[in-house]
Amino acid sequence: MTKSELIEALARRQTHLAFGDVELAVKSLIEQMSQALSHGERIEIRGFGSFSLHYRPPRMGRNPKTGDAVALPGKHVPHFKPGKELRERVNQSVQLQDA
Amino acid sequence: MALTKAEMAERLFLEVGLNKREAKEFVDAYFEVVREALEKGEQVKLSGFGNFDLREKNQRPGRNPKTGKEIPISARRVVTFRPGQKLKVRVEGYAGPRE
Repeated sequence: MTKSELIEALARRQTHLAFGDVELAVKSLIEQMSQALSHGERIEIRGFGSFSLHYRPPRMGRNPKTGDAVALPGKHVPHFKPGKELRERVNQSVQLQDA
Repeated sequence: MALTKAEMAERLFLEVGLNKREAKEFVDAYFEVVREALEKGEQVKLSGFGNFDLREKNQRPGRNPKTGKEIPISARRVVTFRPGQKLKVRVEGYAGPRE
């Protein structure tokens, strides 16, 4: 499912909203989430999961072309931890297939 | 402080002009549509943010941390999040505490 398919699915569900508003709302949610993480703020959605930042310490890397050593600075990377409901629902669909 | 559904709905009210009830419903529907896609085994790709992928895990040996008793962890399907390039770059710039 892509962003535009997500917008279409939401427009079918929220029929009282104008399509343009659904588009704007999805873009707003994605921007809000990106902005929160870029400010180091966590995101907590019960039943879905939480997003936080993990720190990666500085390290020596290599230029893959030349083989030269390069110092890479420490950085933060986004991390997602699925919530209980999401974990169970995703896994349950597999258990049902196997049963 | 963390970004929550309540804050997201408040911003849909302010930025998109949905009324408070519509905004709250929209945020719930948004995460529900993503959960449903993942539950069906479908990857979700939100350009500018990242991809929610599904991975099949084989059964592996585990241990009850309380009793120390060995118990197998059953085969399962799990959700992983791969941040997109745009989000990675925005988050890398965050110079906050090194967690």
